Order: sequence, then structure tokens, then C-alpha cells
Amino acid sequence: MQIRLLCFAVLEEIAGTREQRLEVATGTTPQDLWAMMRGKHPRLSSYVTPPLVAVNQEYAPPTTRLEDGDEVAFIPPVSGG
Amino acid sequence: MKFRHLTDDPIDMGRLLDETRRDSDGALALFAGAVRNHHEGRSVESIFYEAYREMAEKELARIVEELKSEHSEVSLTVIHRLGLLRVGEISIAIVATSSHRAEAFEVCREAIERIKRSVPIWKKERSPDGETWVGWQGENRS
Repeated sequence: MQIRLLCFAVLEEIAGTREQRLEVATGTTPQDLWAMMRGKHPRLSSYVTPPLVAVNQEYAPPTTRLEDGDEVAFIPPVSGG
Repeated sequence: MKFRHLTDDPIDMGRLLDETRRDSDGALALFAGAVRNHHEGRSVESIFYEAYREMAEKELARIVEELKSEHSEVSLTVIHRLGLLRVGEISIAIVATSSHRAEAFEVCREAIERIKRSVPIWKKERSPDGETWVGWQGENRS
């Protein structure tokens, strides 16, 4: 199945891109995607737990089972205002 | 998607006040957040505000609706500006109006606190030494 992965702010800089379209196995969770990110980017290697996660623009647990077409976002600590 | 709570343009507090207040309101509470020229001992020249726009809009709308349902007498408007803002420019404006001041103050205060907790907006400070994302920089867990 296909999902869209979004990374913002400092995570976008680390990933080198804001949006990725990924082909993933059924049952993949945001936690699995985070493990993949950590594997690819040494700056993230010490972060076992993902930052906040949103699925389809709502906060969700990192263990959420993703569905085909989902929009997943990794959200670093927010600093609006 | 129509963005009611996010803008790329300067915020006009007076217009916001006029759009929010009703003739029954005797108390008009305004909060504005502005870019200050310092942060944690560093001097700041400007701040770049970035957002996960679609979700930030939904979160802001959710907070406004939540506060309106908790305080049915209050009229509330919230707007956050994005992009590059220089020192002194307004980044966020909140207007809460009500018959009396207690509720207007309370809702205004509560709105900014909730926004700072959950709305996916980030700021990158530009100082003479370079640029830094505020909060987590990806290296140390703070």
C-alpha cells in the first residue's frame, strides 16, 4: 500500500524533504516509519521514540495501523504563538 | 482548503476587533504576540513561522470551537501569521469579547495557552549568529 509521509521544521531539514510517497507493507505503523527514518539519518539515531504523530491531520498514537492512502506526519515539539 | 485562522499578511487588530465584537459585549480582551528582539540571551532579528497548514487550521478551529462551547457567552477570533516576521511584527492575535471582563480575559488567556500546546506551528529564529529552530533541534532531547 502507499502512504504519504510528511516531516516539518527541523525534521524536514534532516530528511531533506517535506513529503515522501512510500510503498509500505500492510500493518505498518508510524513507529515503523520512524525506525526507517532513524536508520537513514544518523542525527536521529538516538531517538528511539518518535516525536508526536498525526495521521490524516489528527494526532494519533505511534502504534496506529496505517491504511492505504494515509497521510502521516512527524511533528517536532510545536512553538507557535 | 479555506484558511480562516492562518494568514501570510500583516494582522490588523482593529479589524479583528470589529469582526468579533457584538453590541452586547462590554468587555473586549485582546492578546497579541509579537516578535521580540531577544531569546535566551541571543539577539533576534526575525522569526520564520512555518506550519503544517491543513492541520494547524483544523487545530485552531477545534480550539476556538472548544472554548466557545465551554463559554457560550464569548465571541472569539484567533489568527496566526506565517512566514518571515521582523522584530515588532504581530505573529498571533486573539480577540475574546463578552458581556463582562472575567470571561473575556479567561478565554483570551486560555486560547493562547492551548494554541501553544498543540497547534503544529514552528518558529526558526534568525540572529546575527545564524538560524535556529526553537525548541528541539534534532540533536538533544530537551
